Amino acid sequence: MRIELNGSQYDISAATLAEALNELGYGAAALATALNGAFIATTARPTTPLHDGDRVEVLAPMQGG
Amino acid sequence: MRLYNIDIPSRLLLGTAQYPSPQVLTEAITASGCDVITVSLRREAARGATAGSGFWSLLQASGARLLPNTAGCHSAREAVTTAEMAREVFGTNWIKLEVIGHADTLQPDPFALVEAAQTLCADGFQVFPYTTEDLIVAERLLNAGCKVLMPWGAPIGSGQGLRHAEALASMRQYFPQVPLIIDAGLGAPSQAARAMEMGFDAVLLNTAVAKAGDPVAMARAFGQAVKAGRIAYEAGLMPPRDMAVPSTPVLGMANLNLANLDLGGRS
Repeated sequence: MRIELNGSQYDISAATLAEALNELGYGAAALATALNGAFIATTARPTTPLHDGDRVEVLAPMQGG
Repeated sequence: MRLYNIDIPSRLLLGTAQYPSPQVLTEAITASGCDVITVSLRREAARGATAGSGFWSLLQASGARLLPNTAGCHSAREAVTTAEMAREVFGTNWIKLEVIGHADTLQPDPFALVEAAQTLCADGFQVFPYTTEDLIVAERLLNAGCKVLMPWGAPIGSGQGLRHAEALASMRQYFPQVPLIIDAGLGAPSQAARAMEMGFDAVLLNTAVAKAGDPVAMARAFGQAVKAGRIAYEAGLMPPRDMAVPSTPVLGMANLNLANLDLGGRS
């Protein structure tokens, strides 16, 4: 299936958000995720299915003012 | 200073963006004496890149309390989702709530701000709203559950100081018990000192330090200015007067005129 992650298109075989992160090489670093504009907690990633055309955001700590 | 029942010794809150290097940022945090630093969330690239993890280590080493922001959000929904993501990553209920109303002025959208604040406060967040000096918006934010307000000094990154000092003074008088933090727009330590002399509880700034010729020295300067301004406020400033008033006693002045001529004025 094809999803949009952080603005780029990816073809993935993963069925859940947790699997997708793993497939795309995200490690154990501190990350937060959103699916189609809604927050998905770390604990909910394994049970969050992905669908074609889904929009995923993966964010990490960054400098801010 | 108590913010959401947490004692915060320093009245300077410092942003972490735009420094020349992580090393300079770390030194600036130390030199400023601040206890709270603001942080953000941005996209992390796929396939093994770990842009965020180095910064995360730096934050943990700093020992400062983290205040994540929702910078760049233009709607209540975006800001709420960002706050939820920040709470999980940074492990804090504190959120600096920014809902930007205009891309050029970066001024707050007060309507979306109140809406987001209501949602977040109801969800257990401790919200630090970036707002204007508008008293009614401030009332609405307090009604929503905010216990701290952060009125702007001037547009973000502009370094103009307190553009609406009279309105800010009114806000201070109107909400004597609410912690008020001047957030954004300060460019010089003198401006931070002025805010503190006016009785604001703290200032939050970033660009003025990060973009200084020597950010570490500027961080120290701001730290000292904030302390001086606070001491001055607590000491009680004299009221301004329209006319000159001699500070040296007039009584007992010698008469050193050559003759007993009436020169006018004092006799």
